Amino acid sequence: MSYNFKETMSKPERLAPGHRMCAGCGGTIAVRNVLRGLHEGDKAVIGNATGCLEVSTFTYPYTAWEDSYIHNAFENAGATLSGVEGAYRALKRKGKLDETYKFITFGGDGGTYDIGFQSLSGAMERNTDMVYVCYDNGAYMNTGIQRSSATPMYADTTTTPVGSVSNGKPQNRKDLAAIIAAHDVPYVAQTTFIGNFKDLHVKSEKAIYTPGAAFLNIMAPCPRGWRYNTPDIMEICKLGVETCYWPLFEVEEGKWILNYEPKKKLPIEDFLKPQGRFKHLFKKGNEYLIEEFQKEVDRRWEELQFRCSRG
Amino acid sequence: MAKRDRLSGNEAIAIALRQINPDVFPAFPITPSTEIPQYFASFVANGQVDTEFIPVESEHSSMSAAIGASAAGARSLTATSSCGLAYMWEELYIAASNRLPLALALVNRALSGPININCDHSDSMGARDAGWIQIYAENNQEAYDNMVQAYRIAEHESVRLPIMICQDGFITSHAVENMELLEDEEVKKFVGEYQPENYLLNPECPMAVGPYSITDYYMEAKRSQAEGMRHVEEVVLNVAEEFAGISGREYGLFEAYRMEDAEYAVVMIGSAAGTTKDAIDKLREQGEKVGLLKIRLYRPFPAEAIAQALKGVKAVAVMDRAEGYTNHGGPLGADVMAALYRARSQALAVNYIYGLGGRDVRVEDMEGIFATLKQIAADGDAGETYRYLGIRE
Amino acid sequence: MAADITKLGVKATWKDLTEGMIIAGAGTSKEFNTGEWSTDKPVFIEEKCKQCLLCTPVCPDSCIPVKDGKRGEFDYDHCKGCGICVKSCPFGAITMEGV
Repeated sequence: MSYNFKETMSKPERLAPGHRMCAGCGGTIAVRNVLRGLHEGDKAVIGNATGCLEVSTFTYPYTAWEDSYIHNAFENAGATLSGVEGAYRALKRKGKLDETYKFITFGGDGGTYDIGFQSLSGAMERNTDMVYVCYDNGAYMNTGIQRSSATPMYADTTTTPVGSVSNGKPQNRKDLAAIIAAHDVPYVAQTTFIGNFKDLHVKSEKAIYTPGAAFLNIMAPCPRGWRYNTPDIMEICKLGVETCYWPLFEVEEGKWILNYEPKKKLPIEDFLKPQGRFKHLFKKGNEYLIEEFQKEVDRRWEELQFRCSRG
Repeated sequence: MAKRDRLSGNEAIAIALRQINPDVFPAFPITPSTEIPQYFASFVANGQVDTEFIPVESEHSSMSAAIGASAAGARSLTATSSCGLAYMWEELYIAASNRLPLALALVNRALSGPININCDHSDSMGARDAGWIQIYAENNQEAYDNMVQAYRIAEHESVRLPIMICQDGFITSHAVENMELLEDEEVKKFVGEYQPENYLLNPECPMAVGPYSITDYYMEAKRSQAEGMRHVEEVVLNVAEEFAGISGREYGLFEAYRMEDAEYAVVMIGSAAGTTKDAIDKLREQGEKVGLLKIRLYRPFPAEAIAQALKGVKAVAVMDRAEGYTNHGGPLGADVMAALYRARSQALAVNYIYGLGGRDVRVEDMEGIFATLKQIAADGDAGETYRYLGIRE
Repeated sequence: MAADITKLGVKATWKDLTEGMIIAGAGTSKEFNTGEWSTDKPVFIEEKCKQCLLCTPVCPDSCIPVKDGKRGEFDYDHCKGCGICVKSCPFGAITMEGV
């Protein structure tokens, strides 16, 4: 798909200002740019799991959404949109609706990786004609930065605090994109905010217009939870990609495609250093923790390269 | 033109649903309600309905999808029992607070634990404060008739609330009875087309549903929701009257059986009412002034009408097919006694817990209850008001 | 019919609330001024701007309007002053105190 940046940026805004997400939030950057993947004239119903995005974008009576929007609960965004999409099919079949609607749901990593995992898995397995977008900020930010299964190893969160006998979260993060790909859905992609957002835009448009279930995993940094300098979000994302912590890839009809390979893979320190949640890794004597982290990044990167080499 | 047939309660509900032809039916199996989506899936497979049937991966998702579909502008429903209903718990509240007129075909079954698949009312009693309309059936015919009337009540513009159509697991859901079905066309005409005012798939105006509400609004939102409930009794009676016109079968908020001059009364819900009627017929032949109040509409609770119906009664036994763990009795007991108190009734009232986990209720059991009531009236003292029926002491 | 949110202030009675707390309509959050959250604001120096538009997708608050391929003045009614746009501009056409 071709990408005309200026044209894309000139499209009408589908997420209105006046929502109450924190200054510098990565979540709404993800939402705005995903919604630009919708073709003008096409209508949409947006679903949303409970989380920061929900409580901040539809605080009665203020909705920031320019499209129809439904929030149901925390763990059921997948099932809820299944029902909406089912209604669309039924109303079309009965001749009660002419317009084209697309179905997109947003959830944080809490609502997606964890509490909403079953509902998401069900919606994907049924190949519901919808896009599930996870804006992954790697912790339960809405309730105050608790660990999730998307939290990277060694991150300091309020339920995995660093202490005299703790180095932060002991476990590695769950590879959700691979798990959803294993559902054999038509389209899965992982992306983040890079440059002129071509990667995110093209993947969003593909996800929205691929018939059947699609899943987008978007790394969306949270300045509060990650404790980096708020204006630096684009740099953080770039470092995530250049260190291969957050590789950009797609799985189209089961075929794994690597979208970007850094010319020179940067050491993981570059990604970890600007973030307060990893501050303890840079204390003297903790070098081995960074080595462990690097090993895991390398292992996953090699695994991804292998998958993509097989196509 | 009615058709006579022999059907189980589950099959009767499924046929009612085929005749209603809803838009979206997400479902997950659980005994003893499983047959409802099974029968319905065969209607879908044979092109007898236009419904989008969504076989989801859990009851939480079946209710979530039914909510999504209803908000989207579709007539939706699901079916479940017991732990399935418990798993939907938070969703019940959301359906009601969103004022979505969806339906739930509930086949009452005991809640775990211990796990048990047979009938009691612990599942729906746990959901009694969720903001749903609850209507109960004594037999297969009533289950069918209630299902046909469900959407007319739930979708009424002064109500717009979800509705639970309850019947007793196995006792009516699986037992086959003779019954009368309405013609497909009659049901279609009676139920009518669903025309929501605001909905997600309205191309003329988008809609946002499910907001975060700050404290400034939350209490007003709940009061607004309660207003819908306040109109239910009237709508139930109006719909029942219209239904009687096509079916010849009459329904109210409850059924008063041989209550005209009754001095001793039983108040209960569900299939055991049939057993109680047998006991009453037998005792009436012996000259005993006994009667039954069988609750049809339990939520909202028609307290005034019930107190009025019990006005001349000397002693009453309220029968709960669910524990309440209050140390004072079950939920129906609490509701009926509160109604009597508000009406300044002088009746002596006791509350029995009975029939848990499918424990059989026999005619003799109910005869025994009436004998106890007579004794209570003679003593002028109800004694212990929190009692168990048919328990091995 | 779209809901009239001007009637839904915090003094609204229960009868005034929309049924089921739904909002018929869209984008009503524009009525809520998040611009008051911060006094630090980005400044747009139009002369330096090459209209590359790299600042537009990075704004979390949809505060950089684009019309016919050109950006306009910031929407200060809603800008929370996060400073991301300042860092995204390759031409120094956006400045902000402390960034």
